[in-house]
Amino acid sequence: MSESAAPSATEYIQHHLTNFTVGHGFWSLNLDTLITSAFLGLVIFGTMYLVARKVTSGVPGKLQSLVEVVIEMVEEQVHDTFHGDSKLVAPLALTIFVWVFAINAMDLLPVDFAPMVASLFGVEHWKVVPTTDPNHTFAMSLTVFFLCIYGNFAAKGAGGYAKEALTVPFGPAMAPANLIFRILEDLAKPISLSLRLFGNMYAGEMVFILIGLMPIYVQWILGAPWAIFHILVITLQAFIFMILTVIYMSMAYESH
Amino acid sequence: MNINATIIGQAITFAILIWFTLKFVWPPVTAALEERAQKIADGLAAAERAKADLSIAERKSADAMVEARQKAAEIIAMSEKRRAEIVEEAKHEAVAEAERIKAAAKAEVEQETYRAREALRAQVASLAVTGAERILRREINAEVHADLLTALSAEL
Repeated sequence: MSESAAPSATEYIQHHLTNFTVGHGFWSLNLDTLITSAFLGLVIFGTMYLVARKVTSGVPGKLQSLVEVVIEMVEEQVHDTFHGDSKLVAPLALTIFVWVFAINAMDLLPVDFAPMVASLFGVEHWKVVPTTDPNHTFAMSLTVFFLCIYGNFAAKGAGGYAKEALTVPFGPAMAPANLIFRILEDLAKPISLSLRLFGNMYAGEMVFILIGLMPIYVQWILGAPWAIFHILVITLQAFIFMILTVIYMSMAYESH
Repeated sequence: MNINATIIGQAITFAILIWFTLKFVWPPVTAALEERAQKIADGLAAAERAKADLSIAERKSADAMVEARQKAAEIIAMSEKRRAEIVEEAKHEAVAEAERIKAAAKAEVEQETYRAREALRAQVASLAVTGAERILRREINAEVHADLLTALSAEL
């Protein structure tokens, strides 16, 4: 809690849950979400690019080993789950896992740290975990949704896709019901995908904020275990988002 | 939960990251991983081959050893035989040489004996002549009776 303003608990929580937004109505931008996620993307993917550019099939360095471990993990998961012939799915899965992991990891920064740094630049609010912003999670899940639709067209063609939507699971006689089911199913995917990540990270962040309200000498008693536990949540949520994306993509590429 | 234009910005960022990974990160690293896997497979195959080569070479060397041992034994046996032959030859030669020397010595001795006998005979003849001269004094003419004396000395 910042000493100068001495806000109430509600104000403190509100402060931490408010985005740094410019503009009005729909055409406003959460600059904290945009900048934090882009910055992390730049750092993480820039690092991976540097590794990839100097990659060697001989003895790898430590950084290359790290990148290789992640890539091999992703490749194995994709190999086990996805049996289509898309070159897109594995890099997509890697992108999701690495980016979501890095963004989620911002949750481990002390809750007052980012707003404090932001206030040095005269910015009042700074939500440092973009995955606690539904704009971010929905952007990702909808991108995956459109890639799934693309996959359906690429693997089955328009005719095949339409036929599948109309005949599965009840057969041609129940075409309207099939179509409604299919639309619901396909819409449920991006919603559940984004809300799962958002909900987990939002709840985690909320707990950190609540811990932040406590007296400073007891914060660590709850804060440390929650942070350690949260390492698991961070990784798990990144992994779940990735693996579900791979599963959705494999459903798009495979016929029922 | 307020959805705003951030969603568009985030989707663009996400799309850029996917494209970037697809283009610049994934291919080189997976290529390197595959290459390393290939290298390791090659290395293992080479080790396997080397092992097989080694066992072949070991068998060959063992064979060569046996052959060499056999050859050595043959050579030793042959040299043994040759040595015996040489000794035998030398012995024969020595014996022959001894025989020759003995024969030469014998011949010389015979010659000496003969010469001594001749000399003795001549002396005896002359002695006999001298003796006869002394006995007969002037009555005997050496020239007249020379063939008689020669015949006499030949009988000696």
